[in-house]
Amino acid sequence: MDGGLILEVRDVAYRYPGAAADALAGASLAVRAGEVHAVLGPNGSGKTTLLRVALGLVRPRAGTAAILGRPAARWPRRALARVVGVVPQREDNLFPQRVRDTVLLGRYARLSLWGAERPDDYAAVQRALERCDVAALADRWLWTLSGGEYQRVRVARALAQEPRLLVLDEPTASVDLRHEMELFELVRGLADRDGLAVVVVTHHVNLAARFADCVLLLAGGRPAGAGTPAEVLVRDTVERVFAWPVAVVPFDGRPQVIPLRQRKETP
Amino acid sequence: MKWLGLAAAAMAALALAVALGPTHVPLGALPTSDIVRTLRLPRAVLAFGVGGSLALAGAGLQALVRNPLADPYLLGLSGGAGLGAVLGIALHLASPWALPLAAFGGGLAAMALVYRLALLGGGALDPRVLILAGVAVGAFAAAVTTAVVSLSEPAELRNALLWLWGGLSGASWDTVLVFCAYAPLPAAVLLAAARPLDLLALGEEPARHLGVEVEPWKRRVYFAASLLTAAAVAVSGVIGFVGLVVPHAMRALWGHRHRPLLPAAFLAGGTLLVLADTVARVAVAPRELPVGIVTALVGVPVFALLLRRWTAG
Repeated sequence: MDGGLILEVRDVAYRYPGAAADALAGASLAVRAGEVHAVLGPNGSGKTTLLRVALGLVRPRAGTAAILGRPAARWPRRALARVVGVVPQREDNLFPQRVRDTVLLGRYARLSLWGAERPDDYAAVQRALERCDVAALADRWLWTLSGGEYQRVRVARALAQEPRLLVLDEPTASVDLRHEMELFELVRGLADRDGLAVVVVTHHVNLAARFADCVLLLAGGRPAGAGTPAEVLVRDTVERVFAWPVAVVPFDGRPQVIPLRQRKETP
Repeated sequence: MKWLGLAAAAMAALALAVALGPTHVPLGALPTSDIVRTLRLPRAVLAFGVGGSLALAGAGLQALVRNPLADPYLLGLSGGAGLGAVLGIALHLASPWALPLAAFGGGLAAMALVYRLALLGGGALDPRVLILAGVAVGAFAAAVTTAVVSLSEPAELRNALLWLWGGLSGASWDTVLVFCAYAPLPAAVLLAAARPLDLLALGEEPARHLGVEVEPWKRRVYFAASLLTAAAVAVSGVIGFVGLVVPHAMRALWGHRHRPLLPAAFLAGGTLLVLADTVARVAVAPRELPVGIVTALVGVPVFALLLRRWTAG
């Protein structure tokens, strides 16, 4: 087996209970250490379902999803949390919390049931805070943070898990341009410098094209393209999947998708 | 510092409960007094255990149902226990243990029913459904209770009504012993759930990603909190507001991390109930107020204050 292979999803299909059709079929993903994979597709194309299958939250009805060679659904959550850090799309803030405390939650899977946090744990939290450039915010309340700062704090919490695979579900929804770029630069750096495997689900086709090594484009639960950004993001495919006319232009060696204005109908 | 204050308050409350009562016992005679040894001391200890258990169960349930205004009785337990007790009174069950056992059985029946209803939607325990099922079961039990009470004789009716408002007059070293043998296990489960509860506050899926086995923990917390509450109700009737107000006030002082919050809630709940019970014994001596009335009279204004803080913040 390939030593660097961390996540391998092969031809998975999944159907929600009671649904008439598969929400996902024939999707594959093989992520190695140091690689950034982007999962793209319109709303309802199965991106989040793919993540749920890959993370063992649901069992595929066909195909396999394995993390470090072990079927994802068979990992105990505690053991999995030491290998995979996830930044979910949404979470609740039922109670007000400070940045350092929320990042400390990332250590849960490494603590004993009764034991207190050890110096190791605080050191890992500090490293994660610094790595994500949020150490200066450590004593702030979460609700005082901007959208971009909040997302970096959540990445820091995932890093405090000391994972080998980082999964981000639409991390830049409602984040401004600078923070979007900062977040993707951070993610790219985590793959390049720290050797993490990264899967990012995003609506930002162009950011995915600039930062990802591989792109999986989903449409209606089925792969419409998989490979390098240049292989996948070609005009025909993008127009078909997103049902909108586009131009694809190269920039910095990567394809960039420019949606076109609708032509006026002349009577 | 905060812990020291809490410990001092607990000690002071216990000392006060032993020193004060309808019968005057001189300070020097306290250690040798029979009244203290057989009545006041076991009653104070039981009040502490019951109050602490209610507050601990309340804090756990608030985190479980993701609602800071939840109460251990919200899940239909008090209704079931009340029904059990009232049936016990109506049937003239004679043994001193009959009433606590009837109440405990009623509480457990309600707990099982609520749990079963909450699982109807599938294998997962849905906190929202849990609340709704609790309200439904509680209302049903209250209706049957009222039916039984309306058919019973005046003396029974008075006993039943007093029981429903809670009281510790039945306390003895035997009850203390039974309670202390029983309560530590569910209490320990709740204390062990402190970190999982912190994570569950983020939502179930985020908690799973951070390593929590969500379904087992939800079940453990539900059963532990319910068993603790059922035991408290069995020995002391339905004492309101301790399980609601104390965890809430402790969140203001200790923050929302459950590792300090849960033990703090236990200590504060115990202290509060010992004080309330002392007031209940002394205020209208030689008669006695149901302690639930005292906790409600104190709890409602405090709760209103906390609500204002909550909504203003």
